[in-house]
Amino acid sequence: MPATRRRVGLFVTCLVDLFRPTVGFAAAALLERAGCEVAVPAAQVCCGQPAYNSGDRADTEAIARDVIALFEPFDATVAPSGSCAGMIKCHYPALFAGDSEWEPRAQRLAERTFELVSFLVDECGVDAVEARHRGKVTYHDSCSSLREMGVRAQPRRLLGSIDGLELAELSAPDVCCGFGGTFCVKYPDISGRMVADKAKDIAATGADTVLAGDMGCLLNIAGRLSREGSRVKARHVAEVLAGMDDRPAIGEPARGR
Amino acid sequence: METTSRAFVANAREGLQDADLQRSLARFQGGFQVKRVEAAKRLPEFEALRDQARAIKDHTLAHLDHYLERFEEQVTAAGGSVHWCQTPADARRVILSLCQDAGARTVTKSKSMIAEEMELNPFLEEHGIEPVETDLGEYVVQLADERPSHIIAPAVHKTKDQVADLFHEKHTPLGRTRRLDRVEELVEEAREVLRPRYLAADAGITGANFLIAETGSSAVVTNEGNADLTQILPRVHIVIATLEKVVPTLEDATTIMRVLARSATGQEFSTYTTVSTGPRRPGDADGPDAYHVVLLDNGRSRMLGSEFRDVLRCIKCGACMNHCPVYGTVGGHAYGWVYPGPVGAVLTPNLIGLEEARHLPNASSFCGRCEEVCPMRIPLPGLMRKLREQEFARRLSPAAVRNGIGAWAWLVRRPALYRLATGVGMRVLGILGRRRGRFTRLPLAGGWTAARDLPAPEGATFHALWRKGRRA
Repeated sequence: MPATRRRVGLFVTCLVDLFRPTVGFAAAALLERAGCEVAVPAAQVCCGQPAYNSGDRADTEAIARDVIALFEPFDATVAPSGSCAGMIKCHYPALFAGDSEWEPRAQRLAERTFELVSFLVDECGVDAVEARHRGKVTYHDSCSSLREMGVRAQPRRLLGSIDGLELAELSAPDVCCGFGGTFCVKYPDISGRMVADKAKDIAATGADTVLAGDMGCLLNIAGRLSREGSRVKARHVAEVLAGMDDRPAIGEPARGR
Repeated sequence: METTSRAFVANAREGLQDADLQRSLARFQGGFQVKRVEAAKRLPEFEALRDQARAIKDHTLAHLDHYLERFEEQVTAAGGSVHWCQTPADARRVILSLCQDAGARTVTKSKSMIAEEMELNPFLEEHGIEPVETDLGEYVVQLADERPSHIIAPAVHKTKDQVADLFHEKHTPLGRTRRLDRVEELVEEAREVLRPRYLAADAGITGANFLIAETGSSAVVTNEGNADLTQILPRVHIVIATLEKVVPTLEDATTIMRVLARSATGQEFSTYTTVSTGPRRPGDADGPDAYHVVLLDNGRSRMLGSEFRDVLRCIKCGACMNHCPVYGTVGGHAYGWVYPGPVGAVLTPNLIGLEEARHLPNASSFCGRCEEVCPMRIPLPGLMRKLREQEFARRLSPAAVRNGIGAWAWLVRRPALYRLATGVGMRVLGILGRRRGRFTRLPLAGGWTAARDLPAPEGATFHALWRKGRRA
């Protein structure tokens, strides 16, 4: 372990906070195992993407300023989401382009913001996890993870280190699942077809579980799989990597406790 | 041109329900995607060429007046003329008078999206001139009285059987009464029907992939050779192009061509690349007596000075359509105007107004594939977002959406209140959804539950659990 532990601000994301706290705990556990000191700033809510993608620039900037102020003290900001990390890393600097106070602050935060799994592999040098998982899984690349954050090999590498886990690739792992934030409720017909295509691709792999690194995609995919009566489970990749895949999958009934 | 962009949602639904269209789209998108990847792999400098191509266009756009004037000088020096037209109506009038001066009764046309923008065919027909489309896909679309649904594959929405029926119906009066069902036979029949039309045409209208400033040439690429016959055989050759088609040199044009075909169809080069400079000179073996370039602005000069300048780099390769999951599910006609797909979602609101076309930049999941494959590196999702910002600022988006986002943002900026509200909400949803794990219907979530269930939340929020110190 390094002499001074890296102080990581965990950006939980609003969907993990609301729908799947397990992913937040899994992320914190993985970061701590990688030697980081994890803090969860209490005043965090959302990166502002719903406003940003709806064209509401003023609200986006206001939310972004809150996030920047909250997370700039940390050595690194890490989110269990390529989408939210991508918002901070790729879009915050552009949002404040030409602003003498906020552009440099946004830029500084952007340089220290990472998606969880790529942070573990690329920044912390993690190349294996101690977890077990029996079964065949498939992995969906979320668009932002893939295209904004350069996440492709890292989750596959860590999954490959898991005892008992077999990875079966989708025929089109890089094609959007149709979530797209507000897109999925504004254009349900189109989004519905896209996620139905994704579900078909998942079924064709014969996997019992689909993994991804973004809760948006996962809620969409899990919701479609359950609508179709599929038995394929959906989980955030961090749950499996952290060995927290013993609880009900996304959209699965709670077991009697 | 008449537009149905306002009805995008209904158009899209129609496309989604059209089984033939769905089969065609799946087949063509899959094919083009694989071919592009393979073509790019075979050329180690492909990514560097994309940068060069972008730089050429950026430089040209920064000095567009200079290169357009240089182009006109060179066209004039070669014996041709350039006609500057601000609106589609201006361009139509010029083209009509050029055709009338030549005593034209029929004109052949090789593929041009600009002609679609100016609704040239119906206009010529109204004035007693018969336009004949010579690109096979355009010919099919013309016979069917439809519009192109893709900029390089205009009839991609039609199945082979539909084309066979169409040819059978339209060619029967020409004495071709057998219904054909093999692709080669259909192509052969189109070729035979079109051949005399080339020979009889009085004027030929082509688009242009490039206008070359240093030589005053127009360059056009095809896979069927139809542009060659269209521009060489008739007495008059009319080139129609928009301002941003100009590049400084022939070298620049060929640099961009190296990414054009690879991005479009995965070919190294299109089968035919034809460069035309002026009319036939004494001693030339062939060529037209007159050479005209109709240069159309139609909003481009306005876009040049706007935040949408980047889209003027577009070389109309269609790669964004070939890779767009939205285009791939709804087809090109859903977009309701000339240009479909991601580039259409940026161009259309700019050219016909955001009021007409506000759906198009919204109907994107921002997956970013279009930007990833665009040979000219146009930041298409970013430009769509700028349109959404205009829409929001101009209050064109539905009030419910604006108010909803406003209320949500207000709450997000008050974390204590947000925790209180969401804490209660999630607890209730968690309890209600505990037994089944999901909701098939929920009030106010019809958009979501139309196509999928809503997975139930685990119950307590992460922040509530973390605060209590309860580690997983």
